[in-house]
Amino acid sequence: MDLFEYQARDIFEKHGVPVLAGIVATTPAEARAAAESLGGGTVVVKAQVKTGGRGKAGGVKVVHNPADAEAAAAQILGMDIKGHTVHRVMIAAGARIAKEFYFSVLLDRAERRYLAMCSVEGGMEIEQLAVERPEALAKVAVDPIVGIDAAKAAEIVSAAGFDAEIAGEVAAVIEKLWAVYRDEDATLVEVNPLVQTEDGKIIALDGKVSLDANADFRHADHEALEDKDAADPLEAKAKALDLNYVKLDGSVGIIGNGAGLVMSTLDVVAYAGEAHGGQKPANFLDIGGGASAEVMANGLDVILGDPQVKSVFVNVFGGITSCIEVAKGIVGALETLGSEASKPLVVRLDGNAVEEGREILAAANHPLVTIVDTMDGAAAKAAELAAAAA
Amino acid sequence: MAIFLTKDSKVIVQGMTGSEGMKHTTRMLASGTDIVGGVNPRKAGEQIEFPERTVPVYGTVADAVAATGADVSVVFVPPAFTKGAVIEAVDAGVPLVVIITEGVPVKDTAEFFSYAQSKGTRLIGPNCPGLITPGQSNVGITPANITGPGRIGLVSKSGTLTYQMMFELRDLGFSTCVGIGGDPIIGTTHIDCLEAFENDPDTAAIVMIGEIGGDAEERAAAYIREHVTKPVVGYVAGFEAPEGKTMGHAGAIVSGSSGTAQAKKEALEAAGVRVGKTPSETAAIMREILTTNA
Repeated sequence: MDLFEYQARDIFEKHGVPVLAGIVATTPAEARAAAESLGGGTVVVKAQVKTGGRGKAGGVKVVHNPADAEAAAAQILGMDIKGHTVHRVMIAAGARIAKEFYFSVLLDRAERRYLAMCSVEGGMEIEQLAVERPEALAKVAVDPIVGIDAAKAAEIVSAAGFDAEIAGEVAAVIEKLWAVYRDEDATLVEVNPLVQTEDGKIIALDGKVSLDANADFRHADHEALEDKDAADPLEAKAKALDLNYVKLDGSVGIIGNGAGLVMSTLDVVAYAGEAHGGQKPANFLDIGGGASAEVMANGLDVILGDPQVKSVFVNVFGGITSCIEVAKGIVGALETLGSEASKPLVVRLDGNAVEEGREILAAANHPLVTIVDTMDGAAAKAAELAAAAA
Repeated sequence: MAIFLTKDSKVIVQGMTGSEGMKHTTRMLASGTDIVGGVNPRKAGEQIEFPERTVPVYGTVADAVAATGADVSVVFVPPAFTKGAVIEAVDAGVPLVVIITEGVPVKDTAEFFSYAQSKGTRLIGPNCPGLITPGQSNVGITPANITGPGRIGLVSKSGTLTYQMMFELRDLGFSTCVGIGGDPIIGTTHIDCLEAFENDPDTAAIVMIGEIGGDAEERAAAYIREHVTKPVVGYVAGFEAPEGKTMGHAGAIVSGSSGTAQAKKEALEAAGVRVGKTPSETAAIMREILTTNA
């Protein structure tokens, strides 16, 4: 889960990373009040969106009094930045910046450890720096067991080429940022820019933090960080049912078991859809291993609730999952829906208890259900039915 | 021969007495796996009855290894206890630890992987179906009745795509099928399996299944170009995955322009690997290669 800047700021503060005062606001009036509570002087009004380039898009404004903060917030709230609607702004205290630096620590999947990156040339897009001046970006491997201790922090600032007079202070901040990474189960902690103010302080001015959802069980406070407004209503419904669902733009609803097989099903449908006016998958939905009839029925309920869906492709290879449960789930869901069910279903079953599963579907003989033997054949049929219904 | 797992492998199950552990131990025994013990400190000394045999429960992995000479451990314990379980198996000197558990925090995996590597223990997983050498041994949750022994080696990030591919090529059979798992950090990579299959006289050709996220497939492609002489057929899932969304597997995410299926497919093709558009087409390519070479 990626956090908003203001959430990253709060987490930094909790772990002793030096940050500026910042207050989140969702209305212009709140922005004005926030600016007043920060002393009524210069503040920065910053759009809170989980994407880069907000400065260029006009989502960051420096203002000098609370009335202007209110006006700036009125402009920024509701703005669209690269497809992200701005619902919140952060009113941040101003700072006189002398120098801008960069620091991040992240997962290095290939090396199966962590990677710290640091530069005395902060502020710009780090991807750009990495391409244009790779020698200016220090990359230091971090052992997962040792982490960033004082020696490693010193190695990082030395590799980045910090001046001797601030190296110690920057290293101390890096150790605290490591504490954020380690103690919050982050997969990314990035500060850009990390600044030195004119009065010599080192401050994390803008931060990006991604948290590992697999570690939620040991962070009760992380659930509150979720951006519930942004979730697609169908995704929210699926999540409440504990289903692994991602909304897409196409017309063929997809249900399958196992992440790899479902991803593959999306691709196979899009491939087959080329011959049927470009039909595409409407969603990703993995009912997981060992799914019950109830899980199957819940999945079908979510998908049939998507008005963009014109046909549904149920693609199951039963490993642990029994095709009996899948078939019962389909029949049960269709019974519950009764006359509300109007979209055709193409079902392909193989593996565990496939014969029994197919028999259950055949016995139900529902007019909306077509059984196809192969995955490619079923994808083509589902795409054809979606095209016919469009 | 096969890779990593043979009929001589002696297997213990960490978490055997839990519901998942019991279910899958039953299935593994039914498919011929030599399961010699379970581990649960609260049930040490108990004997668990399965249709094939009675399996003793030990209090620690070290006790189980001392009593049985086990050389494989399969881990079914919940995510919060997985790190402790793996470290215990590594400390007990088990050379191969297969971690089925889904939902392990990546920090825990990074730590126990680093520890295992320092002790020379091979890990497979986490978040994987395990591995099967058909007709010899099956460690994990792969259905054993899909196919039998043969000369195709299979390595895959995905469980159900592994089953699908085994099913498509069930008449030809497999040497070993390894589900390496869909997490961002995994113990055994595509490259490790490619190397082992290349050196395995029982493997004639290799199917490699990848998916979006990271650059493991690109690295595997570079490895194939340099080191693999046996035919490799590839499949990559996730062309339709949108940027920035996790697709079921914790590691299956396209970030910006990196980790895309298209880049992986192109890298594999540039290394001379034929990549199928669908699992069935991939299987057809493998069939053609084996039939032509036969």
